[in-house]
Amino acid sequence: MSTEIIQETKTEKLTGAKIFLECLREEGVDEIFGYPGGVILNIYDELYNCDFIKHYLVRHEQAAVHAAEGYARVTGRPGVALVTSGPGACNTITGIANAYYDSYPLVVFTGQVASSQIGNDAFQEADIVGITRSCCKHNYLVKNVKDLPRVIKEAFHIATTGKPGPVVVDLPKDILTAKMEFHYPDKIDLPGYNPKYDGHPIQCKKALKLLCEAERPVIIAGGGIIHSDAAAEITELSQKLGIPTATTLMGIGTFPQDDELSLGMLGMHGNYWANHAVSSCDVLFAVGTRFNDRITGCLKRFCKDAQIIHVDIDPCSISKNVPVDIPIVGDAKNVLKIMLKEFESGKYNPQKELKEVWLSQINAWKEKRAMPVIHSDKINPQTVIQKIYEKTKDKDAIIATEVGQHQMWTAQLYKFNKPRQLITSGGLGTMGFGFPAAMGAQIGKKDKLVFNIAGDGSIQMNIQELMTCIDYNIPVKVAIINNGYLGMVRQWQEKLYNKHYSQTHITSPDFVKLAEAYGALGLRITKEEEIDEALDKAIAYNGPVLMDFVVEPFEMVYPWVLAGSPLNKVLLSNDSPIA
Amino acid sequence: MRHTLSILVKNEAGVLSSISGLFSGRGYNIESLTVAPTIDNAFSRITIVTTGDNAVIEQISKQLNRLINTIKVVELSGDDCIDRELILCKVTAKDEDRSEILRIAEIFHAQIIDVSPKTYTIEAIGDNRQITSLIELLRPIGIKEIVRSGKVAISRENQFISLNQKLGIEAADK
Repeated sequence: MSTEIIQETKTEKLTGAKIFLECLREEGVDEIFGYPGGVILNIYDELYNCDFIKHYLVRHEQAAVHAAEGYARVTGRPGVALVTSGPGACNTITGIANAYYDSYPLVVFTGQVASSQIGNDAFQEADIVGITRSCCKHNYLVKNVKDLPRVIKEAFHIATTGKPGPVVVDLPKDILTAKMEFHYPDKIDLPGYNPKYDGHPIQCKKALKLLCEAERPVIIAGGGIIHSDAAAEITELSQKLGIPTATTLMGIGTFPQDDELSLGMLGMHGNYWANHAVSSCDVLFAVGTRFNDRITGCLKRFCKDAQIIHVDIDPCSISKNVPVDIPIVGDAKNVLKIMLKEFESGKYNPQKELKEVWLSQINAWKEKRAMPVIHSDKINPQTVIQKIYEKTKDKDAIIATEVGQHQMWTAQLYKFNKPRQLITSGGLGTMGFGFPAAMGAQIGKKDKLVFNIAGDGSIQMNIQELMTCIDYNIPVKVAIINNGYLGMVRQWQEKLYNKHYSQTHITSPDFVKLAEAYGALGLRITKEEEIDEALDKAIAYNGPVLMDFVVEPFEMVYPWVLAGSPLNKVLLSNDSPIA
Repeated sequence: MRHTLSILVKNEAGVLSSISGLFSGRGYNIESLTVAPTIDNAFSRITIVTTGDNAVIEQISKQLNRLINTIKVVELSGDDCIDRELILCKVTAKDEDRSEILRIAEIFHAQIIDVSPKTYTIEAIGDNRQITSLIELLRPIGIKEIVRSGKVAISRENQFISLNQKLGIEAADK
């Protein structure tokens, strides 16, 4: 008996708060975004002397989650946010929903009132597990400190595997003070969670055969290509089979835009030729896209004469919006590799001669381009994007955007050639996302040049993060395309609501003075000839910069497929008839 | 078209809420729902009767499968399964109706489980058809209150589903 006591290794008991940090260490997390508060104080107390985690104090919890997503987007690793209960947790919702819709891995830790107080309407209590249920991949309320390591391990596993997404872990205060011996589990036991990575080989062969025999094939590359790191594979397949390839907004960068098979972006503001090619194809090969209404237009008319092959890791995405002829559930990279390997066998003839007429038809469509519609003495917003592209194209820059006209002009005019280069809110369409996301991206890639192309409306939704950028010298360059309107909404009002500009004229502070008040560099640009100099100055400046590009207010985003119209009914200018 | 889904889930707080939330959030309909632990207390069986065309049912199954705490979803239909529902029905029992109520109960192998000067309470178990016809026969006599358990269903033996089988076979169909 006495020998047993001696042999028993004395493992020190740790508090839940300490265990929390040890779990993050086990997961390789070294940078987190957060905001302290009452019930989460024990973790912040542990952070005080923690040398393996760098905490970035933001100015609003929503920004913490967006920053974590920006971080995840550029690094491919899960972003982590830490906030307190009640209002802190509620402020994360938009960030969580944004990551859920665009499928980026996050683990969001929220404080919670002590277990004994849950349900009693305690101060700063919110049922965050209930609130986030429909906007996250999974969530947990930790009920016993013994479950904490397992829950955290599962949270990171679920966030990063299968179709990635945000996971919320709610931490009651008493869990953080309770003590136990710390062991990090080696295994995951989730019988209900088995993402399917390998595509069915027979389906892959069928798909390949169909693509080879097609006369008018098109590939759509979606955001799933980025998640599975399959840009090289989709490009190789497209080139080997000679199939023109369009990307969705989320898939931008997965296919080099200077390739002659590139159709660029399709969808509501996609290229005329991309939308026509997809509408007229006989075989559509869609990879890692969920056929959002912004890319299909009128569903009934979408690809109505085509056979559709759909690859997605999420079975729910298949045949949800568009009925599919050959479904393939699996990871894009694996599926494409199977197809490429099968193609190497030599049994398949890509029959490129069959596709010649098709390619020349697409080239003919490429003549139809949208041009700026307004010519005034003001700067044209498209010019600003083009100048930013020219100044940054050799610098391997990361470009974040907010949501609206500037976002679409960036997607159309900036020639992205690499995945993880464009950071934009696609599914949820969150104004205020771009700036904190750019901030997180800059932290994830400290040596890269990071731009946030913003609208004057969007930037005012999370402008407070300029202070965070100053605190940590995060040198994000913000280019505000300032047209004095919520431009995209104004555009709809101009064309569809009798020019009733209801509540879309929006004023802004003096951005130069505002930048200076925060301690950043502020620049105002009102003439086209000043753009180059301002961009040079901003890029050279070691710190955050706010550039206020005062542009033509009434410029429109074209091409434009009106909501509910067939995809090939593309408006190219103000003169295009709506009906 | 009515469909019965048998869902094996982890027996944890919040699981039922995530499933019912999925139905309401995506605009699916729940006609009836029952839930109770399986022989292994760590898991529960949920039986949901829902309506929709085949595409909708397929989407519901996929969405349910996507939930982390859902182990397995099976659609139980037609001759491949047996289903039952329990009802408790309180009927007005006037003197002249009492023997008729007893006769109906006997036909349906139902029990009288409570008697008062003015009422009989009947407990009956049956499939959808039996329960419906029992209610239709009692209705003219006067139903004061009726409580239905919702449908429970089980597959016939040759395609028996259990957790062990699910874990053994791997999620080929998930």
